[in-house]
Formats: sequence, C-alpha cells, structure tokens
Amino acid sequence: MSWWDMLVPLLAAAVQSGTPILYATLGEIFTERSGVLNLGVEGMMIVGAFAAFLTAKWTGSPVLGFLAGGCFGAALGAVHGLVCIGFNGNQVVSGLALTILGIGLADYMGTPFIGQSAPGFDPVPFPVLSDIPGAGVVLFHHDLLVYFSYGIPVVMWFFFRYTRWGLRLRSVGEYPHAAAAAGLNVSRFRWAGVLVGGFLSGLGGAYLSLAYTHLWTSGLTAGRGWIAVALVIFAFWHPGRAVVGAYFFGGVMAFQFRLQATGTHIPSSLLLMLPYALTILVLVFSSWRGRDQRAPAQLGVNVEPSE
Amino acid sequence: MMKRMMMALLVLSLCLGPAMAADKEIKVGFVYVSPVGDAGYSYAHDLGRKAIDGKDGVTTAFVEAVPEGPDSERVILNMARKNFDLIFATSYGYMDPMLKVAAKFPDTVFMHCSGFKTAPNMGNYFGRIYQARYLTGMVAGRMTKSNTLGYVAAFPIPEVIRGINAFTLGAQAVNPDVTVRVVWTKTWYDPATEKEAAKSLLDAGADVIAQHQDSPGPQEAAQERGVYSIGYNSDMSAFAPKAHLVAAVWNWGPFYQEMADAVKNGTWKTGAYWYGMDKGIVDISPINDAVPEAARAEVAAKKAALVDGSFEPFTGEIQDQSGAVRIPEGKSATDAELLGMDWFVQGVVGSTQ
Repeated sequence: MSWWDMLVPLLAAAVQSGTPILYATLGEIFTERSGVLNLGVEGMMIVGAFAAFLTAKWTGSPVLGFLAGGCFGAALGAVHGLVCIGFNGNQVVSGLALTILGIGLADYMGTPFIGQSAPGFDPVPFPVLSDIPGAGVVLFHHDLLVYFSYGIPVVMWFFFRYTRWGLRLRSVGEYPHAAAAAGLNVSRFRWAGVLVGGFLSGLGGAYLSLAYTHLWTSGLTAGRGWIAVALVIFAFWHPGRAVVGAYFFGGVMAFQFRLQATGTHIPSSLLLMLPYALTILVLVFSSWRGRDQRAPAQLGVNVEPSE
Repeated sequence: MMKRMMMALLVLSLCLGPAMAADKEIKVGFVYVSPVGDAGYSYAHDLGRKAIDGKDGVTTAFVEAVPEGPDSERVILNMARKNFDLIFATSYGYMDPMLKVAAKFPDTVFMHCSGFKTAPNMGNYFGRIYQARYLTGMVAGRMTKSNTLGYVAAFPIPEVIRGINAFTLGAQAVNPDVTVRVVWTKTWYDPATEKEAAKSLLDAGADVIAQHQDSPGPQEAAQERGVYSIGYNSDMSAFAPKAHLVAAVWNWGPFYQEMADAVKNGTWKTGAYWYGMDKGIVDISPINDAVPEAARAEVAAKKAALVDGSFEPFTGEIQDQSGAVRIPEGKSATDAELLGMDWFVQGVVGSTQ
C-alpha cells in the first residue's frame, strides 16, 4: 500500500472526527469574543446530542433533530447567561456547574434510550467536487453536517471582520465600558454570544449522535467539549485556526488507531495518549510563538448592568 | 387496634412459617455495571434474570449502572441487609467489595462474575465465551476475501486476549492464510471511538470486523463500508442487518436457574463455575443468510464437538507471535493458563500491551 493510499483515508477520517470538535470550538470562540467564558461546552454538547437523538427518533427527521440539538445547547447556554449576565455570577463556577448539570441531565433522561438508534445523516458524495483526486475523498465524501460545518468559519470570519455587528460584539469583549459609553447594550451582545455559542456546541453534540454514530449512549461526548475549550486558546479566538486545530486533533486520533492496525509494538496506552499530549504540546508552542496574540481583554469579567 | 392486628399477623406468620419452608421463596439480586439498554453485556445478564423471575418462588431485583469500587459495596450491602438470599455481581471490579460484604453476611450466597476470589459463601462464575468466539472466527475466515480480519479490542486483559486468540484459531482452521489485526480502544462502551477504531482497521484492508466492546459502533462502520462484522454479547444484527454475520452471545438463564435452585434446596457449594457451550451458557446467534451452506455445516459440526466435549479450541500445537510453542502438540491449555493468557497466537498482528 503506497503512502498516498494511507494518507487519503487518514485525512478523511481527520475531517470526520474533527467535525464535532470544530462545531463546539467555533461556538466557544463566538461566546468568548463577547467577553463571556463558558466552560460548560461539554455539558451543552451532550445535551445537544441527546436532544438531537430523541427528536430524530420521534419525528423521523434528522434535520429537525440537528436543529433541536442546537436549540437545547442554546437553552443550556441560557442558564449560563442568566447566572453570569443576569446575576453577575462567577463565570468559571457557572460554566463548571453547567458541565455537571448537562452530563447529569443527559444521563438521567437518556438511560431508557441507551443503545437505541435513530435516523441520522449518511455520507453523500458532494456533486462534482467529490471527483477531485485526493481532496475530493478527504473533503467531499462526508455527510451533510460536515459540509455545513465548512461554511460556519467563513461566515464567522466575515461577521467578525466586516460587519458592524461583529465589530460591536468584539468591542463588548475587549472593552465593555467603552462599548457601553458608545451606547451599546453590553448585556444584549453578551446574551447573543452565549446563545449562539450554546447553539453551535449543541450542533457539535448532535453531530455525534446523528452522523458520527446513529445511536445514543451515556457519555457520548467523552471529553470532546474540553478539547474544544483548549482549542479556542490554540486558535487565538480565530475561526480559521479553529479548523486547523480541530482537524489536527481528529487527525492524530485517527492516526494512532491506524498505527496500531499496522501491528506496531508501541504500547497502545502511549498511542491513545498521543492526541491529548500533542494538543498540549501544540498549545504550549503556539502560545509561545503567538505572544502578541491574546484573548479578548475583558474575557470572563462581568460588567455591572448600567442604569 | 393496630397493635392487635400486628400481633395477629405475627402469630399467623409464625404458624405458617414451617409450612412455607417446603416451598421456600427466595429473593435474588443482580448488580449491573452498565444500564441494561437494548443490547450488550448487562442486557444479556438481564435476560438471564428475566428467565428465572417469578418462577418457582423466585423473585428478583436489579440495580443497573453501578460504578465499580466503593459504590458497588454500598449497593451489595444494601441488598444483603434487605435479606436477599442470593446476589449476583456481574462485573470484575465488584470482586473485593463483594468479598467484604460476604464476610458480614454468612447466610447470604454471593456470586461474582469474571473474578477469581472465593469465600465459604461466595463463589465466582463466568462462561467460556472463547468457544463461541472460535466458531465466529470460522465464519469470518470463510467470508473474508482480503484474508485480513480486524478486531476492535477493549482492554489488554486475559479475557479479551483469549477471545482474540480463539477467534484467530477459528479463522485459521478454515483459512490458514488469515491474519487478524488488533486495535485497542481502552474502552468498554464509547461508540464514537470504537467506530473510529473499526474504520482504521477497514482502511488497513480488513473486510470482516470483530469486536469486544458493548457498543454497535464497529458494526455501523462495517455496514457503511459494505463489508462484514461479527457481534458480541447479544445478537447485534439489528444495528447492521447486512454486515452482521454472527455474534458470540451469552445465555445466562440456565446458569441462574441452577444457582437459584441450589440455594433454595440448600445444595449450593462455593467454587469457581466456568461453564461452556456444553451447558448452554455461551452460544452463537443465528448466522446471516450471506454465509454459504457449507460454512454453516462446518460451524454446526464444530459446535456439536464443543458441546459433547470432543473438541477444545486451545489444543496444541499452538505457537505465539514469535513462533515459540506455547501449547505443545496434543496438549490442551489448563484453566489456569487460559485465565492468565497474555500472549497472542501466531497470525495476530498487534501488541498485547
């Protein structure tokens, strides 16, 4: 088997296992750009995964399921908004509580459905583009949710960079007092940040239960929400770099299984650690390289509602 | 008034007591490590529980999703306090907690699944699922075209390694050119990770995927690629109707019946119960129609030999990956050797670490 025949499926697998993380990372970037730190990504993902599964099962429509996943992720995000924006609660504590709440809720509601499957998304080769040698297989032999995820970073990049609302959202994260003085309603922008972020995290969860597998089990997200939180830093809050980070993590995950399948004698415990160890390494390296890049200045700081 | 009624009930029960002993009722408790769900390891145990529930004075109860460790001790203790006569704990990590509780309740019978410790009132039990694995390996060996089989493995412990070896020996028995590639996930139930592991095996050229974990993730992966899969624990064909060839399955009903009867009659003895296909504890699920008649007949003949005891999968000569002879010609592995197995047979590609 030539290296090309090994590489192409590996990269295709990287895209697929990176996609749920990509959705969640983009969501968290959006939230943090508005100045709110939400560590509840894991909780919002798993609630989204369960809501998506159940909706698809009951209605028979994967599309409705996907949307429901986003909506329930946003609903859980709203709890964070209420605590932090409404009542000036501590963002770190609220986010951690959200993770525990989300996992607990999904576990409790989901127990009777464990091991059951629901209609989901199957791979559909993208017309024309899927025929491109190499890249066609890597990028365009997936399900609709992967194609949908390609559009989000572009839209988000455009929104932050070229639209008035994007600039305002960023200013609320960078310097909320100045934003307020300029007449912006800081709370409203931060609410938007939290809800959109929750929606995207929910979609990431929905990807796991509707496309990656077509079934429900407790603990389906298996820590992917935390990886997303780490990748936000790796990405320096840029949607484009989030794509690189998510596919890199997915790629290493897929790579270590493939290495095992070749019959290597490296212990599997070491190989299974690889995606996490490499993520930390890359994080350290990129933080050192990008010292001039930084988080939104007022990230995690609550703003007293003005009169 | 209340007091007098209670008194009357007490007297009544005292009178009836001896009469009831002849047709004794017993309470049997089960502790499961995962939720019962619709398929898998705990589901198989629960089918066994249902098979004895409500029959001949047996009532049962179960607690699901009990984490191994201190929580399990509390659950088992609670059952013992509630006067359960017989308690089955169905996961390896319940062994020491159960041993502790057993010491405090000498009149209760405790049965621990998949461990090795015993006490005067605590036995252990398991099934020789490797016998069923051997048969599923034969099916896989006949159906592969690439002569590469993939095995999505859970944790590198003797139970899992034994299963991989038996599967490989079965496949080699019908197709000497077969190799089995192994990928460890270090999970018992993580559909996304297990599916990813299965895909990596498919990309490495495997065209039949076997698995040890509970989740149907690997089955889905095989179905999507249009190749075959082998299930485990319970019939997984519902998840991948085209891909699923056969599964190695548990059938706990007869064993739980035997133990409940023994406790009821006072004939129960402690010890290690490791039953095989001869007692019907392990079996294979119905075989997919895609498998040719000749292969089915071959499997049926081997199954008959396992049932009557004339065949044992781990019979020499068997070499390990390095070519060293582990089981000499004409000898069969002892139970101790089987329970401590930490090496792969020749033809397995992968590491036992």
